Amino acid sequence: MQENAVEFRHISMEFPGVLANDDVSLDIRKGEVFALVGENGAGKTTLMNILYGINEPTNGEVYIRGQKVERFTPKNAIAMGVGMVHQHFMLVPSFTVAQNIVMSREPRKMGVLFDNRAAEAAAQKLVEEYGLVVEPAAVVREIGVGLQQRVEILKTLYRGADILILDEPTAVLTPQETDELFAVIRRVVKELGMTVIIITHKLYEVMAISDRVGVMRKGRLIGVENTCDVDEKKLASMMVGRPVLYDKLEKTGEAGAEQIRVEDLTVCDDRGLVAVDGLSLSVRAGEVLGIAAIEGNGQSELLEAITGMRRVERGTVEVCGQNVTGRTAGEIRRVGLAHIPEDRLATGVSAVSSVTDNLLMGKQREKSFSGFAFHQRRSSIERYAEETYERFDIRSAGVDTAVGSMSGGNMQKVVVAREFSFDSPVLIIAQPTRGVDVGAIEFIHTRIIEKRNAGCAVLLCSADLDEVFRLSDRIITMYEGRITGEFRASDITKEEIGWYMTGHREGKEAAAK
Amino acid sequence: MDDFSAILAGIFSSGTFNEMLRRATPVALAAIGGSLTEHAGIMNIGMDGMILMGAFFGVFGSYLFASAWGGVGLVLLMGLLVGLFFALFVVKFRSDEFIIGCALNTFALGLTTYLSRAVFGTSGAKGFPSLPTVNIPLLDKLPFLGAVLNGHSLFVYVTWLLVFVLWVFIYKTPYGFWLRASGEKPETLRTAGIEPEKMKWLASVLCGVLCALAGAHLSLGYLNGTFAENMSNSRGYIAFACVIFGAANPARAYLAALMFGFFDAIGLRLQDYVSSDLTGIIPYAITIIMMVYVVVNAQRRRRHAAQQRLSRRAPH
Repeated sequence: MQENAVEFRHISMEFPGVLANDDVSLDIRKGEVFALVGENGAGKTTLMNILYGINEPTNGEVYIRGQKVERFTPKNAIAMGVGMVHQHFMLVPSFTVAQNIVMSREPRKMGVLFDNRAAEAAAQKLVEEYGLVVEPAAVVREIGVGLQQRVEILKTLYRGADILILDEPTAVLTPQETDELFAVIRRVVKELGMTVIIITHKLYEVMAISDRVGVMRKGRLIGVENTCDVDEKKLASMMVGRPVLYDKLEKTGEAGAEQIRVEDLTVCDDRGLVAVDGLSLSVRAGEVLGIAAIEGNGQSELLEAITGMRRVERGTVEVCGQNVTGRTAGEIRRVGLAHIPEDRLATGVSAVSSVTDNLLMGKQREKSFSGFAFHQRRSSIERYAEETYERFDIRSAGVDTAVGSMSGGNMQKVVVAREFSFDSPVLIIAQPTRGVDVGAIEFIHTRIIEKRNAGCAVLLCSADLDEVFRLSDRIITMYEGRITGEFRASDITKEEIGWYMTGHREGKEAAAK
Repeated sequence: MDDFSAILAGIFSSGTFNEMLRRATPVALAAIGGSLTEHAGIMNIGMDGMILMGAFFGVFGSYLFASAWGGVGLVLLMGLLVGLFFALFVVKFRSDEFIIGCALNTFALGLTTYLSRAVFGTSGAKGFPSLPTVNIPLLDKLPFLGAVLNGHSLFVYVTWLLVFVLWVFIYKTPYGFWLRASGEKPETLRTAGIEPEKMKWLASVLCGVLCALAGAHLSLGYLNGTFAENMSNSRGYIAFACVIFGAANPARAYLAALMFGFFDAIGLRLQDYVSSDLTGIIPYAITIIMMVYVVVNAQRRRRHAAQQRLSRRAPH
């Protein structure tokens, strides 16, 4: 009989007001790659946090290699050979790679002193052993996310893990880095007999890497299948609980006049470093321009500069033919720009306010909603809110619900509903579906294409390459604040784009090598 | 012209530098304690209250046991308790550290004033056993340095030792790495199987003890067994400025404290020529200038880094 690496027995996990895991029983076999999929909030991460000892389950038992887990602490989990690479990396930015890897098990000299040389030697040894190349003496703050993830994996290997949990490991990676990661996963499983559990919501990755797959929905384990027995469509409908149809989005109409024009734009980030470096672009009416870039390559700063939320150091921004450089966000909006910001909680909504108040934001002074001085026409406001609520299929306990208590998808629908109801000819859209469930993604995508077909100029930025490809007419790649390539969406593949996103201007040739 | 050079000679005399060391030490002790809490990610605004408590209980212990060492013992105990009290609220109950710090300062002022009046009466506490001064034999032979470095209370030398020990602790031991991780990214430590709260408790308690020692030096070493109401006189805040100025590095925080001590000592010298109200401003004005320097310097460095990054790239 094959031994199970991990057994979950009737696990329930209750947080105040939320049942995150509901009677989950799951076996994970030794030496397999197990994919755990599900929408946001389905309870995947919670379940893995229990295995890693961060959460103690309300009910149920966990067995690791047949041995019952008595104490739920990370320390105990590490001792039992469990390692976890978290979605948000657990690295100290000011420490070196080696110092991060050895943390909590530092080599010492004279009993109490940290032996940095031994730490770097240990890190170097792991690097060579597993082929995960990274410089042990480099400071973590100064290396890219792809390398940081390697450090995370090396950290778990240093601690002697043989059950490795990867929580959404590819979210921040380019297609090339993803391939490298998968190669590493295959190696550790094949050569070292490790067990890998990978949390993801990208279904093609499940198909590419896993032996078996478990689907979670609303805290429950819906089913476990051999990957070879299912396809992406089946998994998607298991995740959502109903068939999901990815209709082809109908794009109609010709691109018209230039609506956004950016010339030689230079913008600094919060640390004062140049984030956007002499960049020029233009977007025409009836066209979606997608920006493909790895996080932190200036795309956020670019959109903030265009929308008036960040100071322009040099260059000009024109919206609807007007020079808006240096104007405030409010003034630029009045020229004709609407903006779906990337961080909806920070800049998209007021979490403590109701759906009505959030939908009304920016429209409070409109004639139909306000009278003399502070007078508000409550009845027409309510009618407007109810109507918009219906039209954008927002699902919550009603228009008086505080937005902060709603799910990510519905919160995003509130933002989309508000911004799309301004009828602005220019739309700046950042991460429209980050943390949004599959059903709502489809809805939001359809609305965006409707706007495009109606003649809006759309500038889209997303970390999700599939989304960029699906929505865009043209795609530009950005690397370190500059444009490295511009393509028609139909003329290029995701793999090629990946090369341009990492700054290789001669993408095709490099890929060919 | 002669007057001027006389003033200059007075300012840069061995006496001034001797005074500098004396005056810098309480601030330095608190500042190296504050470096610990700063690394643990706690903004410790309560150091002034901790110093004041140390100052009072030093004299109180000295009075109680009729020995300065008894006073120091009581101070260590009280510092421990104050640190535990601070950590209880800030680390365990996760209260706002700024509010707790302010509360601690107010509480310390009220408590020490009340106890001082109750125990010693309104005239204050004077002339209790104080710490002996130390004379290092060979140092006397050195011309200028001997006069500067010798003849201090023991705490001046203990501080040197502590600065070195804490520097090693913070930057050269695994515990120091944990301490810094607990402030910079506590989850990292937690997922490594170490409770970051433990490091925060440790930092708070050590800071409490070091600040209390600063107070003990103030009342038992520096002022020869005297307690006066509110005698910490905002040194806790100056110490906090030194922590920021020194980027929480004990050695650099000590240098910042020395700078403060130097200008404080100069102020004392200048009292012969200028009103003491004016000279009293000097250390605080210096503190403000120090803070401005920190901000401006950080901005300049950022801009410099941006320039370098730009110039390293190929032209468009």
